[in-house]
Amino acid sequence: MAMNKLIEIKNLTVSYDSKVVLNNANLSVVENDFIGIIGPNGGGKTTLLKAILGLIQPTSGQLVFSETMKNRGSDIGYLPQVNKFDNRFPISVFEVILSGLARQESWRSGFVSRDKKRVEAIIHELGIEKIAHKPIGELSGGQMQRTFLGRALISDPKLLILDEPDTYVDNQFESELYRKLKELNQRMAILLVSHDVGTISTYVKSIACVNKELHYHRSNIISPEQLASYNCPIQIITHGSVPHTVLETHNHNL
Amino acid sequence: MLELFQYNFFNNALLAALLSAISCGIIGSYIVSRRMVFIGGGITHASFGGIGIAYYLGLNPILGAAVFAVLSAFGINYFTQRGNIRQDSSIAIWWSLGMAIGIVFIAITPGYSPNLMSFLFGSILTVTQIDLLYMGALSVVVALLFLLFFRVIVMIAFDEEFARARNLPVQLFNYILMALSALVIVASIRISGVILVLSLLTLPQATANLFTKRFGPIMIASIVIGFLGMFTGLIISYYTDLPSGATIILVLTSFFGIGKIMLWGKEQLPFFK
Repeated sequence: MAMNKLIEIKNLTVSYDSKVVLNNANLSVVENDFIGIIGPNGGGKTTLLKAILGLIQPTSGQLVFSETMKNRGSDIGYLPQVNKFDNRFPISVFEVILSGLARQESWRSGFVSRDKKRVEAIIHELGIEKIAHKPIGELSGGQMQRTFLGRALISDPKLLILDEPDTYVDNQFESELYRKLKELNQRMAILLVSHDVGTISTYVKSIACVNKELHYHRSNIISPEQLASYNCPIQIITHGSVPHTVLETHNHNL
Repeated sequence: MLELFQYNFFNNALLAALLSAISCGIIGSYIVSRRMVFIGGGITHASFGGIGIAYYLGLNPILGAAVFAVLSAFGINYFTQRGNIRQDSSIAIWWSLGMAIGIVFIAITPGYSPNLMSFLFGSILTVTQIDLLYMGALSVVVALLFLLFFRVIVMIAFDEEFARARNLPVQLFNYILMALSALVIVASIRISGVILVLSLLTLPQATANLFTKRFGPIMIASIVIGFLGMFTGLIISYYTDLPSGATIILVLTSFFGIGKIMLWGKEQLPFFK
């Protein structure tokens, strides 16, 4: 099966003022990718996502979008870190999900009833009928994540980008979320930033490590090389019939 | 009470109250939701500089206030984004700078300025035809903007980054709404004065927010609550001879108190059943 490239990131460098946050990153995302992005805090993970979303201008390098990704706005579904939201803002779950349908071509006209049907379908798919008309201030962490996942999914994106969806949620939600993502991966590529390396490596197809540099190979096994040269604070994970974690040989006296 | 409506000044005051309720109800909901109330405070006080200069030059004070309000609104933004000054400091700078300029120019203006107090504390009963025209035009512009672009405005207010990822004209809307906020504040200075005007943009919203947690209903309810508050305040101030601006604020505050008690009562209800 030939895989269509959705995005090709070429020699991407991003700096804030004179501080280089992301240096010469290369990555291509194909149709059915499920890439976990790991790396230390401040290592440039969120910066990479924001560059892909067009929220920050790269200092140098290129982002090449395929023909199928012409409309970057709605072809990418984005779930930001939910802690940045003002949860006293007067808006309901339904309205948040609906806002995911705003498009540049139609921002003047508002929304039509067809859009509302679509929101109802998404609400049903995510099983959040009961909270559909609640203000976001009354939601739990998991309900909040579901709501923003709904907003990301409603435009039927070809690429789903998630920034730490596994924070502020309990274990049960986390495993439900990953099951859902696996299902979604049948119809869209997924880029997922996480700090929970142990869990994601059992779900994602490949892992990219970002620590100013981006290190990536098409496998979900984290190589010693990724650990050593990129200083990623992680364990080595391998996969077998029994899920297990293998730590690289290390000196306990250190 | 009916004889009140025979007076031209009273009808003008009522019309001013209605127009102000509309523009403050809408813009106030936006300001409160975005947590920009303190910016509103900075703009309000900075506009006093414009009032002072207009006095000195013999121009319409509201015109001076409008220019200063818009300038300070953009100035606060500019200082914060480019000047690397934290937002609250930037607000404080414009706040006191405007007041200082106003005080200096009023001091060097020959003669006594009898209307000065009306700008500090408001005087809805002396509202002029020109004021009404200005307020009317502004209410129409604000209402039209929100009618046409309601979803986009709420979306940008709620999650600016997501709106930018969607290629929506975020900066354009931010600037338009900033300028309109400044102009609405200036228009309402007539009613409650520089010192009290902020509550016209926050008290109705806080009261509405007790009963609904959605942007649209808060906006509509704020318009109604704001008008009822101004109407009641006007009547009370007429019969008690108290300053109208302050009376209106006290009425609006008591509306909030009543709302709180109603909510509390509703919570207690099951115990009495």
